[in-house]
Amino acid sequence: MNPPWAMLAELTHACPLRCPYCSNPTELAARSGELSTGEWQRIIEEAAALGVVHAHLSGGEPLLRRDLARIVATADREGVYTQLVTSGVGLTGRRLAELAEAGLRSVQLSVQSAAERESDEIAGVRSFARKERAAAVVTAAGLPLGLNVVLHRANLDAVGEIIELGLAWGAERIELANTQFYGWGLLNRAALLPTREQLARAEAVVRKYREKSEIELIWVIPDYFDGVPKPCMGGWGAISITVAPDGRVLPCPAAYDLPLPLPNARDRSLGWIWEHSPAFNAYRGTAWMSGPCAGCPRRELDFGGCRCQAYAITGDAGRTDPACALSPDHHLIAELAGGGTWTYRRPAPSTGKTPG
Amino acid sequence: MTEPAAWRPALSRSALLRHDPVRGADLLIVPERIVVLNEEAAAIVGLCDGRRTVAEIVAEVVAEFPEGVEADVVDFLDRVRAEGWLR
Repeated sequence: MNPPWAMLAELTHACPLRCPYCSNPTELAARSGELSTGEWQRIIEEAAALGVVHAHLSGGEPLLRRDLARIVATADREGVYTQLVTSGVGLTGRRLAELAEAGLRSVQLSVQSAAERESDEIAGVRSFARKERAAAVVTAAGLPLGLNVVLHRANLDAVGEIIELGLAWGAERIELANTQFYGWGLLNRAALLPTREQLARAEAVVRKYREKSEIELIWVIPDYFDGVPKPCMGGWGAISITVAPDGRVLPCPAAYDLPLPLPNARDRSLGWIWEHSPAFNAYRGTAWMSGPCAGCPRRELDFGGCRCQAYAITGDAGRTDPACALSPDHHLIAELAGGGTWTYRRPAPSTGKTPG
Repeated sequence: MTEPAAWRPALSRSALLRHDPVRGADLLIVPERIVVLNEEAAAIVGLCDGRRTVAEIVAEVVAEFPEGVEADVVDFLDRVRAEGWLR
């Protein structure tokens, strides 16, 4: 069994933004149940010993953890490369200097659309101006800046302006991520679902910028429309490990709702969880597959697609991802029509004091 | 872009070169990617300290790897710079 390369550390599920596409679970982990600084430091040490060399420090909004610099410093000491994934709210020059001093390598900033009014409308809170200042702080510090933009019905038509924004803000790369429908995103699927025409126009714009610009553009495929499932997580329990704010450990950040006993890093070592836990072994490799995946020449390329999506749509996580045109359930996706209003995410009920 | 003769390659701030004892491999780690380097590539990147010129790096690499070819080393450095991992 190969060791994991990367860890997604969801340091908190709390966030000043309320984006309706958020892939966090609809049942957000409460702040009172979050891992302590010492627990995160131990988890990072275990991850490094296991083979993790890359950590995305994410959330929610990781800057809400006051101990973030101490967590970064532990990762740096262990040789783990750290990238901050942030809304930008709270990223002042002083805060970034503290994180860079601790060893932070890179910043990925979320943006909801290209203009202030549209971006704030999607975020559900005024935040665009603070994102602009955060981008300036990152480039002034000489750290590489990436933008992360989740695309959907309300902003796909602005993809050209979004790329221009990234160029103006000094981003080295823009991740144009078509919405993946998990958590709040699944709840809001109808309101977020674009039209096929919107997608085709946006893809043409991205192609044009790839030809004329140096900026790296990552286009995360809209698997509902392509008929080809995504090779989710590069295979179940193959490359990456996700740790939730409360210590639950998942093979994928969308796996909260699967009917699997999720191991907890408070009870078990990360090494045991990776190698021996039932959750990480449930869909490892190809032996769990049934038709049409079992005999498919693409089974080692896409691993049957996404288990979380199969479960969310069919109620059985072991079925072929319905995004695949070969799936007997593909009509459940192909017949969907978009429209309607969205529901903004709400915080978890608060109880007791918060760590960090 | 710096004149080739004057360029003293250094890792860009976003790149981390490290040995991985778990896999017994040399890695170049950047924001969204992990690149596994072969022994010669790791030796070349390891010499990019911002002090050595390209000619000095070539001389050291060719001394260590007799099969190393000057043009290949220069080409490799250019490609890594084009990726944004060297400055």
